[in-house]
Amino acid sequence: MDYLKETPSQTAGPYVHIGLAPAAAGFDIYEHELGFDPVSEDVPGERITVTGRVIDGMGAPVKDVLIEVWQADASGRYADGAEGFRGWFRVVPDFETGVFTLNTIRPGANGRQAPHLSLWLVARGINVGLQTRMYFPDADNSADPVLNLIEQPHRRATLIATGGKGSYDFDIHLQGEKETVFLDV
Amino acid sequence: MTLYQRDRTWHPPALAPDYKTSVARSPRQAMLSLEATASELSGPRFGHSDIAPGDNDLITNYAKGGDPVGERIIVHGRVLDENRRPVPHTLVEIWQANAGGRYRHKKDQYLAAIDPNFGGCGRTLTDADGRYAFRTIKPGAYPWRNWVNNWRPAHIHVSVFGHSFAQRLITQMYFEGDPLIAHCPIVKSIPDPRAIEALIAPLDLNEAKPLDCLAYRFDIVLRGRRSTFFENRPEGN
Repeated sequence: MDYLKETPSQTAGPYVHIGLAPAAAGFDIYEHELGFDPVSEDVPGERITVTGRVIDGMGAPVKDVLIEVWQADASGRYADGAEGFRGWFRVVPDFETGVFTLNTIRPGANGRQAPHLSLWLVARGINVGLQTRMYFPDADNSADPVLNLIEQPHRRATLIATGGKGSYDFDIHLQGEKETVFLDV
Repeated sequence: MTLYQRDRTWHPPALAPDYKTSVARSPRQAMLSLEATASELSGPRFGHSDIAPGDNDLITNYAKGGDPVGERIIVHGRVLDENRRPVPHTLVEIWQANAGGRYRHKKDQYLAAIDPNFGGCGRTLTDADGRYAFRTIKPGAYPWRNWVNNWRPAHIHVSVFGHSFAQRLITQMYFEGDPLIAHCPIVKSIPDPRAIEALIAPLDLNEAKPLDCLAYRFDIVLRGRRSTFFENRPEGN
């Protein structure tokens, strides 16, 4: 068989911000950093805020994490160009507290999939970027094919944010009783 | 359309105890395996309006009136998928330490000096054939806190998107002949020596620029995508 093998992953390391978020690393180099544009006013949809932390197996916040967010627009469509609402963000927490904040719009349902944000986490100590999802506590998640693949109800809950009315909290646990479900997708 | 299953035995496992930071940061439950949905088959797109032409030249993109110190190199290659198809117009971003092994990051305290003319990051889009190139300075080795005397081999961090969010990849490129590769717990988190070999860029004298800079070649392979033969998705293929 004439296939190539995928290039193996390596940790993004503690200084991932230099490459993907240089302002957070402490310097100014690019005219336009990618992933940090606020949603422009003409994009339809409900404005929402998501705050949270990534927490390690010792209960400590992962302060050097970088999260990428990929989401549908308010009608449930994924962008297929570089114009308009891109649906993609980079999120860097406060280096002192580990708390991150994402300002975006609420995505619509995509087919049978309930509204959700796709998240990809990289950091020192994470050897392959971790994929997960955030669902909304105030949406109908009952028919979602991914949530329904999770056998244990308490683990399903790890993918559903708390809060409501446009303001949500979502902590991601790398280990322990509340370990978030990560996706091999 | 779907993606080839990711070969998790080829990648490093989440828990690699000799790389100590992975101990508290590795999930312990089995991941939920599923076929990619629209959320993972799609992915962000980038265009030439997103970046500037000089962003891929690390020798000049942060220079403050002089050149950075160190060995001048070109790093170039192609982004392909597992079917050997080029991945065109995809964003490649790199970051690295300077020639002394020091990062321009507010959290890096290593005693080697910051280079005032070196930022340490670059980005570019692959061309229609999946080709990319950066000009930079060969990064230095540096010590890190793991065991008491661990040193990272010279490396460049590489981030690639592909066309699907599930093709997203971050890795590290090493340099042919570096004796530190064999001693590095992060390198050795990868179990298969053939996989490690794929991260070691060979010297490419043919692409070196005489009397100016050397060149190293680093090809990147993303997960393959296929159209399935008996597709039954109502929305089509």
